[in-house]
Amino acid sequence: MTAPPDPLDQFIEAAARSLNLQVAPEWLPAVKANLQVTLQLGAIVEQFQLPDEAEPAPVFKA
Amino acid sequence: MDMTWSSAAEIAAAVSSGKRTATSVAEAALARIAARNGELNAFTAVLHERALQRAAAIDAALARGEPQGPLAGVPFAVKNLIDVAGIPTLAGSKINRSHPPAGRDATLIERLEAAGAVLVGALNMGEYAYDFTGENVHHANSRNPHNPDHMTGGSSGGSGGAVAGGLVPLALGSDTNGSIRVPSSFCGIFGLKPTYGRLSRARSFPFVASLDHLGPFARSTRDLALAYDAMQGFDAADPVCADRPVEPVLPLLEQGIGGLRIATAGGYFRKGNFPEAVEAVERVSKALGATREVEIPEAGRARAAAYVITATEGAALHLDRLRNQAMDFDPAVRDRLIAGAMVPSALVIKAQKFRRWYREQMLALFETVDVIIAPATPCTAPMIGQQTFVIDGVELPVRANVGIYTQPISFIGLPVVAAPLPLSPLPIAVQLIAAPWREDILLRTAAALEQMGVAVAPRPQS
Repeated sequence: MTAPPDPLDQFIEAAARSLNLQVAPEWLPAVKANLQVTLQLGAIVEQFQLPDEAEPAPVFKA
Repeated sequence: MDMTWSSAAEIAAAVSSGKRTATSVAEAALARIAARNGELNAFTAVLHERALQRAAAIDAALARGEPQGPLAGVPFAVKNLIDVAGIPTLAGSKINRSHPPAGRDATLIERLEAAGAVLVGALNMGEYAYDFTGENVHHANSRNPHNPDHMTGGSSGGSGGAVAGGLVPLALGSDTNGSIRVPSSFCGIFGLKPTYGRLSRARSFPFVASLDHLGPFARSTRDLALAYDAMQGFDAADPVCADRPVEPVLPLLEQGIGGLRIATAGGYFRKGNFPEAVEAVERVSKALGATREVEIPEAGRARAAAYVITATEGAALHLDRLRNQAMDFDPAVRDRLIAGAMVPSALVIKAQKFRRWYREQMLALFETVDVIIAPATPCTAPMIGQQTFVIDGVELPVRANVGIYTQPISFIGLPVVAAPLPLSPLPIAVQLIAAPWREDILLRTAAALEQMGVAVAPRPQS
């Protein structure tokens, strides 16, 4: 029996294709590890409840 | 006059008064670089001809009776992501070696030279500034003058090594998540990360537009203030640069800390410290009479949000190069950037929304406190190549965790002075943090620590 595919591996494959990025097989473990860390930290941010009216903070001056 | 450890202020006074020529100062700096750079690997370009021509012009002007600026004859160098006319802006990369030479100096170089300073070279850095170590696979690692087996910290590694090693009294670097404050800590020198938008970034290679700052390194608070004052002012060429009047700090340096409300950062900033970081914060808190502790709200989440914005904006900047020149990146940088390109955009917008919320909380906190003391790094400089360290019993990667205390601060662009303490065998710095646009308070506080002998840029043994 083969293990079911990891959804994150499938996501990386699909994202690489949609972004037209070549990801060599030997790069995949590091790319995956980095993406996992970033998504974990993104989840910490996302869990914080803010009102719909909250403005994002990029600075732009016309 | 010991040219390997003289301050910028001393050099400028000697040149302006005719005790030294700018040419002799530049020659001494170039000789020191030639003698020490082989070991420290701080410089990626040394500008002999330019420096000597500029110095000769200063000497000629002085001979005609024309006063030069407050940095007359002071040698300085810049991180190699800052444009220097005539050479490609490497930004620590192999890829940018094929870029055409910059056509014009960055605004900050022009302003320092207008004040009399003499550019002597460009400095090593981590690839595309995505780094806290000062290591570089293309141009070799920056090495710490206090022990060349140890990291300088990054990404402004050459800036830290050049100033701490006595190669120049003044250098410029950039700080997106800690890249001025980390090398200041590991190399034991003073660094200023100004308020976001205070100093022009025009004609420098970007990393994360939302978070990028430029600023100076020096071995004294006075030299930081001299350079900072010379570089202030609006610049339309940087869309982020604030249209504020120049607010000179140098005349205020001796005002001391009387009347300032100073506190130590608790909570998040008390966790994960090695003993040397605890000792540094304790020494500074005691010297400044800071008995109060303040909680920076949601600092861990702020660090997480800075991490997400960095990963994604960095990836967007380099997307074409990742498609077409992936093999020419440092593999560690490449894999982080590829991962960043794949992060859902909703998380980035959430991070930017959180950023505004966090800024409001911090501005409210600064209604009750003027200076917050926090560690700059969890530890002194790790060994070059060291992959992990153990914090609170947990083994963690060095690269990702050196900036845990700097990231929540630069995330909203607060000004910070990194003040070094001469611990043995390696120095370490603390962060002095203030409300936006209050660099004056920070430099006054750092000057007071220096006068007390608490904050000192220690001289390396070699």
